[in-house]
Amino acid sequence: MSTLTETSPATEARPPVLVRGYEVVIGFETHAQLSTRSKIFSRASTAFGAAPNTQACAVDLALPGTLPVMNRGAVERAIEFGLALGAHIAERSVFARKNYFYPDLPKGYQISQFEIPVVQGGQVGFFLDGARRSVRLVRAHLEEDAGKSLHEDFAGQSGIDLNRAGTPLLEIVTEPDMRSSAEAVAYARELHKIVTWIGICDGNMQEGSFRCDANVSVRKPGAPLGTRREIKNLNSFKFMQQAIDFEVQWQIDQIEDGHAIQQATVLFNPDTGETRAMRTKEDAADYRYFPDPDLPPLVIARSWVEEVRAGMAELPRVMAQRFVADYGLPDYDADTLTQNQSLAAYFEAAAKACGHPKLASNWVMGEVSRRLNAGDMRASAAPVTAAMLARLIQRIADGTISNNAARQVFDALWNTPDQDVDAVIEALGLRQMNDSGALEKIIDEVIAANAKSVDEFRQGKDKAFNALVGMVMKASKGKANPQQAGDMLRRKLAG
Amino acid sequence: MSLSTTELHDLSLTGLLTHLRQREVSATEVASHFLARAQDHEHLGAYLARDPAVTLEQAGAADRRLAAGTPGALEGAPLAHKDIFVTRDFPSTAGSRMLAGYRSPFDATVVQRLAGAGAVTLGKLSCDEFAMGSSNENAAIAPIGQTVPVSVRNPWNTDHIPGGSSGASAAAVAARLMPASTGTDTGGSIRQPASFCGITGIKPTYGRASRYGMVAFASSLDQAGPMARSAEDCALLLSHMCGPDLDRDSTSLDIPAEDFRAQLGQSLDGLRIGVPREFLGDGVAPDVRSAIEAALAEYEKLGARRVEISLPRTELSIPVYYIIAPAEASSNLSRFDGVKFGHRAPEFKDLQDMYRKTRAQGFGDEVKRRIMIGTYVLSHGYYDAYYLQAQKIRRMLSDDFQQAFRSCDVIAGPVAPTVAWKIGEKSDDPLANYLADIFTLPASLAGLPGMSLPAGFGANDLPVGLQLIGNYLQEAQLLNVAHRFQQATDFHTRKPQGF
Amino acid sequence: MPLSPSDISRIANLARLELSLPESERMLTQLNSFFDIVQQMRAVDTAGIEPLPHPFATIGEVALRLRADVASEPDQRSANQRSAPAVEDGLFLVPKVIE
Repeated sequence: MSTLTETSPATEARPPVLVRGYEVVIGFETHAQLSTRSKIFSRASTAFGAAPNTQACAVDLALPGTLPVMNRGAVERAIEFGLALGAHIAERSVFARKNYFYPDLPKGYQISQFEIPVVQGGQVGFFLDGARRSVRLVRAHLEEDAGKSLHEDFAGQSGIDLNRAGTPLLEIVTEPDMRSSAEAVAYARELHKIVTWIGICDGNMQEGSFRCDANVSVRKPGAPLGTRREIKNLNSFKFMQQAIDFEVQWQIDQIEDGHAIQQATVLFNPDTGETRAMRTKEDAADYRYFPDPDLPPLVIARSWVEEVRAGMAELPRVMAQRFVADYGLPDYDADTLTQNQSLAAYFEAAAKACGHPKLASNWVMGEVSRRLNAGDMRASAAPVTAAMLARLIQRIADGTISNNAARQVFDALWNTPDQDVDAVIEALGLRQMNDSGALEKIIDEVIAANAKSVDEFRQGKDKAFNALVGMVMKASKGKANPQQAGDMLRRKLAG
Repeated sequence: MSLSTTELHDLSLTGLLTHLRQREVSATEVASHFLARAQDHEHLGAYLARDPAVTLEQAGAADRRLAAGTPGALEGAPLAHKDIFVTRDFPSTAGSRMLAGYRSPFDATVVQRLAGAGAVTLGKLSCDEFAMGSSNENAAIAPIGQTVPVSVRNPWNTDHIPGGSSGASAAAVAARLMPASTGTDTGGSIRQPASFCGITGIKPTYGRASRYGMVAFASSLDQAGPMARSAEDCALLLSHMCGPDLDRDSTSLDIPAEDFRAQLGQSLDGLRIGVPREFLGDGVAPDVRSAIEAALAEYEKLGARRVEISLPRTELSIPVYYIIAPAEASSNLSRFDGVKFGHRAPEFKDLQDMYRKTRAQGFGDEVKRRIMIGTYVLSHGYYDAYYLQAQKIRRMLSDDFQQAFRSCDVIAGPVAPTVAWKIGEKSDDPLANYLADIFTLPASLAGLPGMSLPAGFGANDLPVGLQLIGNYLQEAQLLNVAHRFQQATDFHTRKPQGF
Repeated sequence: MPLSPSDISRIANLARLELSLPESERMLTQLNSFFDIVQQMRAVDTAGIEPLPHPFATIGEVALRLRADVASEPDQRSANQRSAPAVEDGLFLVPKVIE
């Protein structure tokens, strides 16, 4: 499978981030549940939350005589994924049986892909602390999910629910390209964004739609790769970082104490914040993979790939690049605005309508996002529509209201739906003073009343100027246009 | 055949169906007759399950359709299914303690198709456990009439095996307990018992008949097929058993169902019959050899031409098959873990102990042996040398057939090196059983259609079968080649004494 | 290359089969005589030969059929669980699974 490589992928040059003198090496395996209606090999529903075993049909239960039949929707989603990541979509890929015994694995084998996966290569790009990063994918393959074991309530026994058995998964494997827990989490977030953006996965981590396993090892810089341990089933970004950090410290402690790291599978306990090795099972690794004789090879014609490509929405990275090129936005803004399709569409509509993309970006990344997160809602459901935001921004740009005033207006618009921007401005009396006569009068009064500050300004103290502006604003009850006030003040002080 | 002078059980399936359609006998009478006959011959050990109420209900429904003038092509046809096919109305055990009492919530596609055409199910027939065996000595479920599992008996000589794994399916037809039955063939399990019991049986091209509802043994080899007393009857049944099952079986060929009787009666003039020299070597017993030679001579009288061909890797088919089939089986049988269905050990310490004891108790010796072989050849470090190597040689074997079919239309030879051996004679020698499969394995590995038809008698008056192998999708031609022989000879009409 | 008793116990463990000592010994003998006949197979030169994915692939490409993504299986839990060894509240019960 992945050839362990010493070279890092092409990224911006960066100094190694060492932890107690050790370099951290991380690779990820992510299992994303695909958003098909039916299972990968049967026609049972994949809907979450059904009563136990009511969505496990004969095929899912591995009843004698049952056979798998492949779901076109799962293959299509794999193709979409491959296209989104610039990967190679195999013309011919093979399903293989991974044999092991476990109560949540009804057939005693999992149908997966081994030697020839459906998606090969590809890469995920993202930002970390303002710098570009890229993580290479080795592969992504289709396989079926197992059922669930419930351990409480059964007096020494476990209860097996096979509703989840057969749900289609895309297993996404990276090269060991990540060098810090922060980078790993940034990768995971970006991957999550992509699979939800293109609609192949609902990304609901609490429901187990997106599960990450982190392969972690440490080494002295320049040394060969250390033995890795695998932290399984990380289903929150917060726990991901904690778990990796703990594991790194643990491994370093072991090495410093003279113990070799044994390859193991570990689980993270969120209550204790610790990783702990699962009971090691001998022969755990001998899965006896062989091509599944019940499933001929999956053939994907290039014409199908092109058809899928043509039907896909603009991908987040492409859109981000377009925002930079067309709207002159910085990379950071473009990246943030394209975190989901809804937000990106909202921004773009607002930007086009008001003609001030940077202002629109600031507002969307700031006030709008804050409220969306707090209310756990999509941008498309925001009480302040993109059109309304655009109008508000125009009123700032044309001097009708100040930034501060705009925030008040926004607040009012958000909390009481279906209002008109201009009407709210009037109702709140926030129209800026644009009457230069009145403004001049206030400035004259302030200059007259603050001789000390005026002197300090003339002596070169800029802080004094700001104080004077502040007093003008106060005297105007906030209605003065600060820009205008500042200009006029400067002229008057210049004499 | 007139009903007044012929017993119902001596009628061919085709003949019986005619009488049924002509309302000369009812489906209920027919079913009752065969249910009684089953009871009279329990010593053969053929049936694992019967349910007269269910059978008679089906017969009653058939009678209603016959009365209404809307009969299906097989309306009222009494047949029993090898217990490898799962059925809703009867338990399905695959001959194993692991599935004792198991009730499937669905019917096998093949069962559904035959029932849809009007067939009436008499019950379930014994077989070697999970279809693994060549003698039907390996059934672990006691047949009706016995309290312990016993070997099924060959009606021609009840001290002898009927063959396997569809031994009971063959024995029951030979003993006229039914005009036809269903069997399955993975390495010869229809052809060999048909040969040993003096009946006709055919395994179609791999992928012709749906495997949905067949308890899986070796996925790339298993095929369903009919067993009856003539090629004509087989052709009729096969037509209804085959056809695409696109929604349920991914290995099912998307090729329309055919009436395999279409070529029956066509002249064999100029037909080139290829006889592999490897099939008539020293390993073939003299009685088998002379019956085969006589059959080939008969074909020449019918206008066919004998051509010598070579299938040079014939001997390799044994290790190749006995690596591939157990490998697939070892994986297919992993689902028998005591969790969802089937046997669970009554006592165990923990989960792993439950698995180990459940499977030790549920599986018989031959099954365990094949699981062990299969697990080994797939295991780390051995996969390339064994499993992968075997799959490559399989392609070479397959190509050898295509090469052979350039100079012949049909391939002929013995089904087995000997006639049926005595019960117990080879039960301690698994390897001897494997080696006797040498002539049936090649067609299985290549996925080619193959059949067996009665061609004479050998030692101890036991039947000898002639094997015919056709190229892919050539079942109609194959059946006609058999049919023409049956029009010129009467081996297929002979009846064992006492039945 | 003959099998050893430790091979037998390793394989039996992979296959979750409990074998008694006499059974293991018998299995060892039988498997070894089986693998004797397999040796000739190992020596065959198969360079450049592709394994056969489906017998029909001898004469034509066999590709995986895809079905429409429709959830059409009804809830048949009770029929499906009819032959279950241990069931409670719709769940299959097994000895506790220790992670």
